[in-house]
Amino acid sequence: MTDLTINGKDVSLDVPGDTPLLWALRDNLRLTGTKFGCGVAQCGACTVMVDGMPVRSCITPVEDLEGSDVTTIEALEGPEADAVRKAWVDLDVPQCGYCQSGQIIAAATLLTEIPQPTDEDIDFAMAGNACRCATYVRIRKAIHNAAKILEA
Amino acid sequence: MKFDIRATALTAAIALTGLLPGGAAQAEEVNGLKTAASFESIESEQARSVAIFEEMAKVITHARCVNCHPVTGGPLQGENQKPHSPPIPRTEDNFGVVAMRCTTCHGEENRPFLGETGSVPGNGHWQLAPQSMGWVGLTVPEICAQLKDPERNGGRTLEEVAHHMGHDTLVGWAWAPGEGREPAPGSWEGFSELAVNWIETGAACPG
Amino acid sequence: MTAFSPTRRGFLAGGAALIIGAHLPVGNKMAAKAATGPVDLNAFVRIGEDNTVTVIVKHIEFGQGPFTGFATLVAEELDADWSQMRAEHAPADTATYQNFAFGIQGTGASTAVRNAFTQMRQAGAAARAMLVDAAAREWGVSADEITVANGVISHTGSGKTAQFGELVATASESTPPAEPKLKDPAKFKLIGKEEIRRLDSAIKTTGEAQFTLDVYRDDMLTVVVAHSPWINGKVASVDSSAALAVDGVEKVEQIPTGVAVYARNTYSALKGRDALLIDWDLSEAETRSADEQLEEVAAAARDGDGVVAETYGDLNAAFENAAQVIEAEYRLPFLAHAPLEALDGVIETRGDAAEIWMGSQMQTVDQMVTSDILGIPLENVAINTLLGGGSFGRRAQYDGQFAQELAQVAKAGGEGIYKLVWTRSDDIQGGYYRPLAVHRHRAALDETGRIIGWDNKFATESIMGGSAFEAVIQNGVDPFSIEGSIHKPYDFGAFEARWVRTDSKVPHLWWRSVGHSHTAFANEVFLDEVLQRQGKDPVQGRLELLGDKSPRDRRVLERVAEMANWQGVQGANGKAYGVALHPSYDAHFAYIAEVSEVEGEPRVHKVWVAADVGIAVNPDVVKAQIEGGLGYGLSAALFNEITFAEDGRIEQENFDTYRLLRINEMPEVEIDLAVNTEKPGGIGEAGTPPIAPAVSNAWRILKGEPVRRLPLVRV
Repeated sequence: MTDLTINGKDVSLDVPGDTPLLWALRDNLRLTGTKFGCGVAQCGACTVMVDGMPVRSCITPVEDLEGSDVTTIEALEGPEADAVRKAWVDLDVPQCGYCQSGQIIAAATLLTEIPQPTDEDIDFAMAGNACRCATYVRIRKAIHNAAKILEA
Repeated sequence: MKFDIRATALTAAIALTGLLPGGAAQAEEVNGLKTAASFESIESEQARSVAIFEEMAKVITHARCVNCHPVTGGPLQGENQKPHSPPIPRTEDNFGVVAMRCTTCHGEENRPFLGETGSVPGNGHWQLAPQSMGWVGLTVPEICAQLKDPERNGGRTLEEVAHHMGHDTLVGWAWAPGEGREPAPGSWEGFSELAVNWIETGAACPG
Repeated sequence: MTAFSPTRRGFLAGGAALIIGAHLPVGNKMAAKAATGPVDLNAFVRIGEDNTVTVIVKHIEFGQGPFTGFATLVAEELDADWSQMRAEHAPADTATYQNFAFGIQGTGASTAVRNAFTQMRQAGAAARAMLVDAAAREWGVSADEITVANGVISHTGSGKTAQFGELVATASESTPPAEPKLKDPAKFKLIGKEEIRRLDSAIKTTGEAQFTLDVYRDDMLTVVVAHSPWINGKVASVDSSAALAVDGVEKVEQIPTGVAVYARNTYSALKGRDALLIDWDLSEAETRSADEQLEEVAAAARDGDGVVAETYGDLNAAFENAAQVIEAEYRLPFLAHAPLEALDGVIETRGDAAEIWMGSQMQTVDQMVTSDILGIPLENVAINTLLGGGSFGRRAQYDGQFAQELAQVAKAGGEGIYKLVWTRSDDIQGGYYRPLAVHRHRAALDETGRIIGWDNKFATESIMGGSAFEAVIQNGVDPFSIEGSIHKPYDFGAFEARWVRTDSKVPHLWWRSVGHSHTAFANEVFLDEVLQRQGKDPVQGRLELLGDKSPRDRRVLERVAEMANWQGVQGANGKAYGVALHPSYDAHFAYIAEVSEVEGEPRVHKVWVAADVGIAVNPDVVKAQIEGGLGYGLSAALFNEITFAEDGRIEQENFDTYRLLRINEMPEVEIDLAVNTEKPGGIGEAGTPPIAPAVSNAWRILKGEPVRRLPLVRV
């Protein structure tokens, strides 16, 4: 049994300790916005926030999260998340959309720490989030646009 | 690799010198790393110290150690020491970039993959060695000199270097690197003993 | 499986031009429902009392934009306001929702807009006519006096206005016009407008978008299958005792494709699969190395006779009279599609019926194989098509590969609900690759260096051979294997493209742009080499060969040179510039790629794109598809190949070994889209073929040696 907070709610997860957070979120809590892409921390589709930091839920065992505060795409909020979502929709960034939960969490984190990122900042911060549709051109542009929204 | 050839040649030379006075029994090797005791037959303390360091270099230059001691750029990965995937540049705190910190993927322990072979390596101290401690592309004598230089070894005394090698669990990880990774030669204990002996014999560097 | 014949004529032509009258089923589908609730005015348009207009889309949405595209076509003719438009997937119903290019219900070959451009407009126009008729009847005025704009129906004389929802119940009793009148394209307000935003962006930023993996049902078991790490390996024996001991594992069953583990959750299923001990029978398996397989294809290209795909002029004379002959060989690897959502599906079986939830790209085929395997009537197999997390060809299989496994899982499991999940290694090692291809090229040049003959003999598998679509193969030529090698925009004087059909145990599949994925590379790289050896500029040299034969190709090439401020292949700062021109899917593309060498690898900084796709229903979606198609092709050109070890085991398993293009490797992309009224071209694939040759041509300049093989970065 692991006790933690998920999207602001106290949760006791009665699953084996080595269960990846990804599957506990999806199978046990039906929080399906967090996606399974590779299972080996290569693609970033499973990214969630743990104690304010992005984490790959596919390789994070639940037993490492006792007392942690987890936020998934469903509950991601704040000015950065709002700006990122708006910029994403304005530019129609998503194609298939499967990787975008992870992209948005990474982008919001980037803007929280670097409010006016350069292209290089964006490339470094987002390189762990693969997009097979290659929406990268628009991701870059949307992050710049979100930065402008936040500045205004 | 430059290191490997050198180390192999020296191993052969040492094995030969070991055979002459003491016989084969002393050329004891555990998992590809000679024990500290196997160097006792070398009479000159200086030569013994050099030989011990050459032996330690088999560990130091192994992918498990070198991959997190690059000279420029970010961490390396795998037995063939290719750049880390996903790509990570070196940053000021040696702990990854915004949105992709070391702990985004690495935990306090190795994390085996579910559903396929392999693992994400992990340790409580998981991070990149500072640039000053980079080893990639350096010769064994250069690494040796660097290890002894407090300017480039994190301000450590020789005893502290030996302590790091023998007690820092991040160093120890090299012998329990998780599924899908070849451990460093020998054992952590054996390597630690070599380090202690190297310092006791004057911490001489190969010329 | 049940045999069927696709309509070959439609399949080959693949254009909207052949559509003779749109099929607008009415009957029970349009029977008015209760006075409240949404009403289907025809099989494609449903209008709610809340004024929402939902377009029923017969093609799967996996990012390429049919939801938005079809909603645009309907809204245009319906004179709806864009804000009231919605879209959803059509059910599996071949008669109603067939792709006119295939004769079955399915998506592919970039045919969505091309096959349904007129049909969707007619659906919108018919619904509009019914609403107008309803207004005329309710208001007692003449239909001719009624106007519709931005979702509002008005009658100027009486001053009456209504929104769609107020009239839809009455409209459901109107008779749809036999031939709905379509708008004059000059009056389009939505089609071709950059400002139209996608319908599915918002739900893809919140986690709300429902993919197959997101389907959860009570009492559902999650199933994973242990597949052979060798192609065609079969289970010799299995010890499942340790797997069955895993908490949560309910049962283990052998099915034709491997060993299925049924569990109460994904974790237990994967743990259970990890605990299986399986001996694989390799007697039928592919156990040769990648090199051996490639050498076999290369030998076929060299020694095989093959069949002529296209020929003109006197080729023998050209080579006999040549002052110089240049030859080269090009090799292309197996490629996995690797959509980010690996294949998955949910099936529920009860009695003689089955219901499926999956990103089905060929509903008709998936329905047939399910019916066949479960022994239930075809009409009792319902398919709910869900958003696909990418496809690039993978979700469409000529043999219903995944639906077959799903049905086998259900059959072996007994009545119940099962979610079959593939992991990344199932995907990467699962075969159904873009097949190997080896091209041999010869060019005959006269004493002035002009090309007077062009000979391209190449070996690769038949894409459609042995499939339900075998009928497309005419005179031994599979159009999907040879596309891009024929109908070249250039006039070579004398020409022959000859295809040698190879076979392989490794199952193949169409991979984004299919034949073009290898023909564009080999053709455009060879041409560039020949031009370079003649000291010719790659833009000027191509323009000379185009002559007057292909005005649209000429225009995009001239335009791209203008955009890039073309100064030749060598640039400042160690950069080189590569050109490629390749039309496909009725769309015309010219690329210039700016490339440098970074740590031994090509780094593409910028790509200029001049494109002519005819009428672009949603220009911004078209641009997104070009950016994405280019990035997808670049990933393959730089990094991707599936290889086989000495013992035939597949060497790649996940994205650490099957390397994906990441954001730091994505070039800036500048696109110029021609505006014209040519019929719409396909846009999902045409952006992919030119990027490999454009980058390779720059790489050759940088490295000073020819590029004869992909990928450019080999491990």
